[in-house]
Amino acid sequence: MTGSVGDWVTAGLMVIGSAFALLAALGVVRMPDLFTRMQAATKSSTLGVGCILLAVAVHFDELGVTTQALLTIAFLLLTAPIAAHMIARSAYIVGVPLWKGTVIDELREREPPQATGDAAEREAKAHLPAG
Amino acid sequence: MIPEGAGVVALTAWLMLAVLTVALLLTFLRLARGPSLPDRVVALDVIATLVVGKIGLYAIAQAQPVLLRVAMTVALIGFIGTVAFAWYLQRRIAR
Repeated sequence: MTGSVGDWVTAGLMVIGSAFALLAALGVVRMPDLFTRMQAATKSSTLGVGCILLAVAVHFDELGVTTQALLTIAFLLLTAPIAAHMIARSAYIVGVPLWKGTVIDELREREPPQATGDAAEREAKAHLPAG
Repeated sequence: MIPEGAGVVALTAWLMLAVLTVALLLTFLRLARGPSLPDRVVALDVIATLVVGKIGLYAIAQAQPVLLRVAMTVALIGFIGTVAFAWYLQRRIAR
């Protein structure tokens, strides 16, 4: 069962990446409101999958494969913040309620949400299946 | 399913695939529970990212580097899907 250094590096990166991905999923389930959930989900899931793809690059050790893995990592790192920003912005405008422990809300003065929390909840309920 | 005499790397890859399956199930719980539409969009975004990770692990476990192209395509489609959902949310309130 003794592998080369590359094997152990690959295994370590896979374990670290999967741990971060599991933490991201845990955050999505356990955090109290949409915005805290997003900050748990976006960052650590990107980091976790980035570690796994780095493990792929180390494991196969070919120019073509490594290039593809690094390209995918770069793409994920570029697009994850953009996607998160777009969801958070539209969720705030729609009026998704903030957690009751929220300390500061600077956007409210410049760009108030277009629907109140109650309206947003009614909106959310309208999309649930009957019952 | 795990081949006989698999090395450290393949064994770890299979184990971590199981860990990622647990993560996917947890995220799916949020997708099913909501409560609002943006919550579900976030859950879908995380699921797309986790699937990219699963494909990477599967490429290592099966020694098939070709699967990386699938991972790249899933990342692309996931991003476009998330942007489309966010666009749709904003458009719906503007009406």
